[in-house]
Amino acid sequence: MQEVAAIHLEHVRFGYRADRPILSIDHLRIPAGRRVFLHGPSGSGKTTLLSLISGVLVPQRGSIHVLGQDLMRLSASSRDTLRGSQIGYIFQGFNLIPYLTVAENIALPCELHRTRRARITSSTLSEEVVRLALRLDIHAHLGETVTRLSTGQQQRVAIARAIIGSPALVIADEPTSSLDTDRRDAFLDLLNEVTMEGNTRNPSPTTLLFVSHDRSLASHFDETLSLPQIAQTVPQAEREA
Amino acid sequence: MILLRLAIKSLRSRALATTLTIFSIGLSVTLMVGVDRLRGAAQEGFSGTISRTDLIVGARGGGLPLLLSSVFHIGNASNNISWESYQHFAHHPAVAWTIPISMGDSHHGYRVIATDDNFYKHYIYRRDHSLHFAEGHAPEGLFEVALGADVATRLGYQLGQQVVLAHGIEERSVLNHANTPFTIVGILDQTATPVDRALYITLLGEEAMHYGWSDGTPPAIGETVPQLDPSRLKVDQITAFLLGAKSRVSTLYLQREINTDKAEPLTAIIPAYTLQELWSLLDYADTALSLVSAAVLVVGLLAMLIALYATLNERRREIAILRAVGLHVRQIFILFLFESTLVAAAGTLLGIAAVYVLLFALRGTIENHFGLPVALVGLSKRVELYAAATIVSAAVLGSIPAARAYRNSLVDGLNAQ
Repeated sequence: MQEVAAIHLEHVRFGYRADRPILSIDHLRIPAGRRVFLHGPSGSGKTTLLSLISGVLVPQRGSIHVLGQDLMRLSASSRDTLRGSQIGYIFQGFNLIPYLTVAENIALPCELHRTRRARITSSTLSEEVVRLALRLDIHAHLGETVTRLSTGQQQRVAIARAIIGSPALVIADEPTSSLDTDRRDAFLDLLNEVTMEGNTRNPSPTTLLFVSHDRSLASHFDETLSLPQIAQTVPQAEREA
Repeated sequence: MILLRLAIKSLRSRALATTLTIFSIGLSVTLMVGVDRLRGAAQEGFSGTISRTDLIVGARGGGLPLLLSSVFHIGNASNNISWESYQHFAHHPAVAWTIPISMGDSHHGYRVIATDDNFYKHYIYRRDHSLHFAEGHAPEGLFEVALGADVATRLGYQLGQQVVLAHGIEERSVLNHANTPFTIVGILDQTATPVDRALYITLLGEEAMHYGWSDGTPPAIGETVPQLDPSRLKVDQITAFLLGAKSRVSTLYLQREINTDKAEPLTAIIPAYTLQELWSLLDYADTALSLVSAAVLVVGLLAMLIALYATLNERRREIAILRAVGLHVRQIFILFLFESTLVAAAGTLLGIAAVYVLLFALRGTIENHFGLPVALVGLSKRVELYAAATIVSAAVLGSIPAARAYRNSLVDGLNAQ
């Protein structure tokens, strides 16, 4: 029997203008509960693909199913709700909200989405934030603004924000691009660990989609996909022509 | 609620720009509300200064100068009226009471009003308030003076002290009645009307002060000054008089009778009507000032728009993060609306508060230097309208950067660099 798909794309074509597609994918299927590494060179459309999977961008053609939901049939508002309640996102450079404290950054997804808040294991959101902060060793900084943290501490806050409320899908977009090898490996180990911990708390297993241009990271994941092999991309220069 | 918290924190993170924008809107609102409040306060102050007086009578001339000079101590009366005319109407069967007023002297810029006991008995202000003495009593003797509350406070005078009055109503008079000093026998309670800013003597006291003078001119140097003989003192003329009719109906008949008096050319005015005339005159200036204020407010709101718009590019990353954690596009729009509305609301509150603080602080100065009685009045419908219009305009203007942020978020997706 075929495994349940966390992400399933068929014949997807996307362009900012309908007559000028910049990304085409005939088929992409990622089973639920897997840790998948997707690599591709810079400008290959990795972030565009992630925006399509997250429902922020909508393709002109094709179908995208995420966590069993057909994004093409969902309204913009429902896609936003699905993203907020079921998807944790880690950006390149971690991208925390600079004017919020560490605790507020971590709690933000649960503040915005009740369903995600309902999945926390602690009795209150504050306790859940402290629990995660203790697990990630950033509890001493909960009241500080994130701009005062070191890069390593910011990574941990970004992980905590992505996994709070046990989302079914965690997407990481080039989060290690600015890290040295030691820090990068430590970050990947920690991300894998806490994502798998989430699996023991969540009835539906958490899927991790990790995107990077660095092929050497593949050994940390269950499966590796190459974007140039699954997609046709219009290079940046041609898009701007 | 979370959106409001995000909006507040986001604004606080841009504290300098936010503060400057709030100040800019605050200044505009201060100007706009200030003009309105000053007008409202002046109207309230003017209207409250004189109540239950049916007519003010003076020499033939304009009604407005008569009202301003006799009640508000602004400007001068065109001429005096004879004591005989005053007596004639004071004893008119339709007249309940009269208050004679004679002016022409001053003390440190404060007017000296010569009057009689009727002033303390019948003068009513702010609908039903009558005059009371905080200390002492009304002047009875020739050289006794009672002080308005502000005069006593600002000049630090107390009962029993002697004051020298000056001829003329200029602040720095060169002609002092040094040989006829007056003794302070009473200090009136505060009324917050021009009554507080005057000194009160008897009509004969005024005559005594000018004894030996001829047509307002003191005896020449070397000329013999006659010895004051109180028995020979008599009042020849006064500046004006306030009149209370026995019934409202008789007021109009009395006004016509006085205005057509054959013995002396007189003018009788109904204070409320003449005040209306004053408001119509001030309407032009008010409209012009309101237009200028509105233009300043538009500039303030545009400054807010520019401040919000200028930060849009640097906030693309923030918006992408918020989208990634599930903020709906319409919530991005609402977030920006909250920001513009909060800035406008803070600016509006600041502006209104500043107006009242300034009015409270400068009230005395405005009253002293411009003679405008300023009452501290509450928020008018017009101010509420200004405040609402400012906040709604800010929300409407805020929708421009909000729409741009919305469009950016659609194009950027999660590409937050």
